[in-house]
Amino acid sequence: MSEEIKIHKRLDIRGEVCPYTLVKSKLGVESIEVGQVIEIILDYPEASESIPKAMRNYGHTVLKVEKINPKEWVILIRKEVED
Amino acid sequence: MDFTEEQLKRYSRHIILPEVGGKGQKKIMEAKVLIVGAGGLGCPVGYYLAAAGVGTIGLVDSDTVELSNLQRQIAHSVKTLNMNKAESAKQTFEALNPDVNVVPIKERLTSQNAFDIMRDYNIIVDGTDNFPTRYLINDACVMLKKPLVSGAILRFEGQVTTIVPGQGPCYRCLFEEPPPAGLVPSCQEAGVLGVLPGVIGALQATEVLKLILGKGQPLIGNLLIYDALGTNFRKVKIPKNEDCPVCGKNPTITELTEISQEYCSI
Repeated sequence: MSEEIKIHKRLDIRGEVCPYTLVKSKLGVESIEVGQVIEIILDYPEASESIPKAMRNYGHTVLKVEKINPKEWVILIRKEVED
Repeated sequence: MDFTEEQLKRYSRHIILPEVGGKGQKKIMEAKVLIVGAGGLGCPVGYYLAAAGVGTIGLVDSDTVELSNLQRQIAHSVKTLNMNKAESAKQTFEALNPDVNVVPIKERLTSQNAFDIMRDYNIIVDGTDNFPTRYLINDACVMLKKPLVSGAILRFEGQVTTIVPGQGPCYRCLFEEPPPAGLVPSCQEAGVLGVLPGVIGALQATEVLKLILGKGQPLIGNLLIYDALGTNFRKVKIPKNEDCPVCGKNPTITELTEISQEYCSI
């Protein structure tokens, strides 16, 4: 399913809590171009839901939200609109 | 984006706003805003702009803090009585946000020094309490092509407008000349509700941030009038006057002149 998604930036926000998980994710998306994809790895459970929601509200596409182990999630976001 | 961890925290509620973001916050941090008057209006304008992280805030005021100011001028305190107002406000703003460079200019704005004082700033805020300086600031902003956020207050009523030379009318399009001395009373003789400059100053600070961010619709070509007793906001359109003596097609005011200062000594 997730074949050949090219990732342009990886962002590790493990250890961060809300709202800094969102602050750093937002800045991460700002730093890539429209059409590019950012991978975010995080361990704050609430953010695994709030970040995809916020990113959709900003107008971006959430390609994947995956729990990779009991404490960590990986989220893939494709930037769709200019900041 | 090279924010420090401290800045990420301080500005987090801005950064997550789609209209601001990291890019907008950077613009705010690079902006230079000059506030003329560190009184009723200048205090809240400067306070909120300092909180927002405006990089450089110039404050022009030659007066000293008096006890009668403290009913509304919230950047001053009993600890800064008799201190120059620009200096007093600088201490308050820098205590709120040490990132901000507050430049106290302990002078009266005059036709001689206006250009020199205003030149280095991107946006000018009028927080003065008298007509001569209000017209001087307007004329200087038109000549220097600098955006001006103008505010005025009396008793229970306040006004705000944003002037962007070339994009809309100026203050003289609205009122070509200052009113005759004594016609419009000063706050000193007519009074002012202490919170009123807070409302108008907060609106002015909002306009400044919108201009910096390039977002929303600033009050260009509009005068917003607030009636505190009736709790009414009214927005009145101001047409551009093609015959305006300063921003019209054939301006007759082409250099700064001093309007009699007798207005202020009422």
